[in-house]
Amino acid sequence: MQASAFANKDGYSEQLITVSDLTKNFDNVKAVNKISFNVGKGELFGFLGPNGAGKTTTINMLTGLARPDSGWINIAGLNCSKNPKAAQHLIGVVPDESNLYPELTGFVNLCFCASLYGISKKERISRAEQLLADFNLEKAGNRKFNTYSKGMKRKLTIAAGIIHRPPILFLDEPTTGIDVASARHIRGLISKLFNEGTTIFLTTHYIEEAERLCERIAFIVNGHIVKNDTVANLIQPIKNLKTLLITYTNLAGNPEEKLNKAFPEFEFLQESNNQIKVHSEKTISIGPVIRFFEEQGAEVTEARQLNPSLEEIFVEVTGIEADAMKNEKNDGKL
Amino acid sequence: MKQWIAFKNIMLKDMRSYYLKPPNVSWGLVFPLAWTAMFFVRTGSGLEKAIEVLPGVVAISILFGTTSMLAVTITFEKKNRSFERLLLAPVSLELLMLSKTGGAILFGVVNSFVPVVPAAFLTDLTQVEWLTVLPAVAMIAVVSTFLGLFIAVSVSEVFEAQTFSNFFRFPMIFLCGLFFPVADLPVFLEPLSYVLPLTYGVDILHGSIHGQHIFPIWINFFILAGFCIILFYFSLKNIHRKWIL
Repeated sequence: MQASAFANKDGYSEQLITVSDLTKNFDNVKAVNKISFNVGKGELFGFLGPNGAGKTTTINMLTGLARPDSGWINIAGLNCSKNPKAAQHLIGVVPDESNLYPELTGFVNLCFCASLYGISKKERISRAEQLLADFNLEKAGNRKFNTYSKGMKRKLTIAAGIIHRPPILFLDEPTTGIDVASARHIRGLISKLFNEGTTIFLTTHYIEEAERLCERIAFIVNGHIVKNDTVANLIQPIKNLKTLLITYTNLAGNPEEKLNKAFPEFEFLQESNNQIKVHSEKTISIGPVIRFFEEQGAEVTEARQLNPSLEEIFVEVTGIEADAMKNEKNDGKL
Repeated sequence: MKQWIAFKNIMLKDMRSYYLKPPNVSWGLVFPLAWTAMFFVRTGSGLEKAIEVLPGVVAISILFGTTSMLAVTITFEKKNRSFERLLLAPVSLELLMLSKTGGAILFGVVNSFVPVVPAAFLTDLTQVEWLTVLPAVAMIAVVSTFLGLFIAVSVSEVFEAQTFSNFFRFPMIFLCGLFFPVADLPVFLEPLSYVLPLTYGVDILHGSIHGQHIFPIWINFFILAGFCIILFYFSLKNIHRKWIL
């Protein structure tokens, strides 16, 4: 992660995005309900929540594609609540679905997007060629966009979002619905942009992705921000918690209750039919637990230590199971 | 300067991607010419009538040339979300919509001269007041395009835009004095002619091509300009209301 100058409560000397009491209703549904947050200059800020939480609506309001019903948006000192177009020259937007022109080639799409920001022809061509190379799309540059795979489409959409070199980038679910290799490449590109100083506002419903990429994360559920803190602070309460995941065979029924009675110093939680989690603030001695299973006629096939993760905090704060979020868009590839 | 680079490139992109494609050529060129042929066959008129028919053919060429592709350049792009890319660009909505309609206006102007070329060989065009015809063609192209724009931004599906366009276009063939004088229409239909912008454009063309017109030329231009402003204003209002939610 990039070193930051900690100068205020959010850790950044300069706030680039300030949002206050932002609200948006669709008919009688409160899509976004009085949310407030800041994003510092050069920060990678994550907006984590399930589908329908209000992530895209928030991005749309920040970028000028939707009008807030109330609240205040300030981007780089410009009042975007009054004039949504005020900061559009400073921002790049990568939407959750690719929105480039299907009938144009990758190269022409990039040049066209650059022209929207008033970039000269020579410079457009140079930047488009460079981005195609950076995104491993050189060979596909002269192919029409509608012949691209999902991963290639997403990469070109990101390239189109940064061709005018915006200091602020909005990424809406950048790795949803694409293959593992492409998702990994895109995360690498996001990290590179962040390390180069781009302020990034990223929405995702992948907890691991948010934890891996972001410095600070806001959990958004039903239009409300329920938690907003740095990843380090969010994990703090469970930082010293030790967790083991035990996988076993040949044991009918649920051993959770028996284990909790036999080992009161640990907390056992049944994960699935043949997996159980052990939590403890102290070091977990695995020998006695394995012997317990053997006495029950079962066999422990694996005991794996798990590092404390954001997932537990997210589940605790929001009450939403992480697996449910992963399966929302039928992929969950990371 | 930066906004004009965007303006030019949006217009050129639309022209390359849409206006020179076969469906548009068929709607913009073949249909008006077929309609004219049908008129000659049905009325049994000879070539001496060509000069009287020319204003109607020019107007219909512009009308179909301009309105046929706006359902694609606007409604389809909105539907597949590529229009969002334009809305995110640091270009004012007014300039953005002028660039989106600029291609249609140019195509309409070019289209208008397609029937003029054969007419030049078939009849005497020496009495035509070209200095009035040219701005009239431009104004008809602008008002027809803005009518198409108004329709395109009032609906959300491409088929709705096409159906809605025809709802206006086909009655205009009969009601705007293209081939039949407005005065010959049934009394109850005549007022309808005067709320349609094409009536005023065709009146200028009739006046400057063969000398017969209803209103003074300047009134026609004034009313056409009014229609342009109103249609463009309400189109922008619809985009604000329905597309920037």
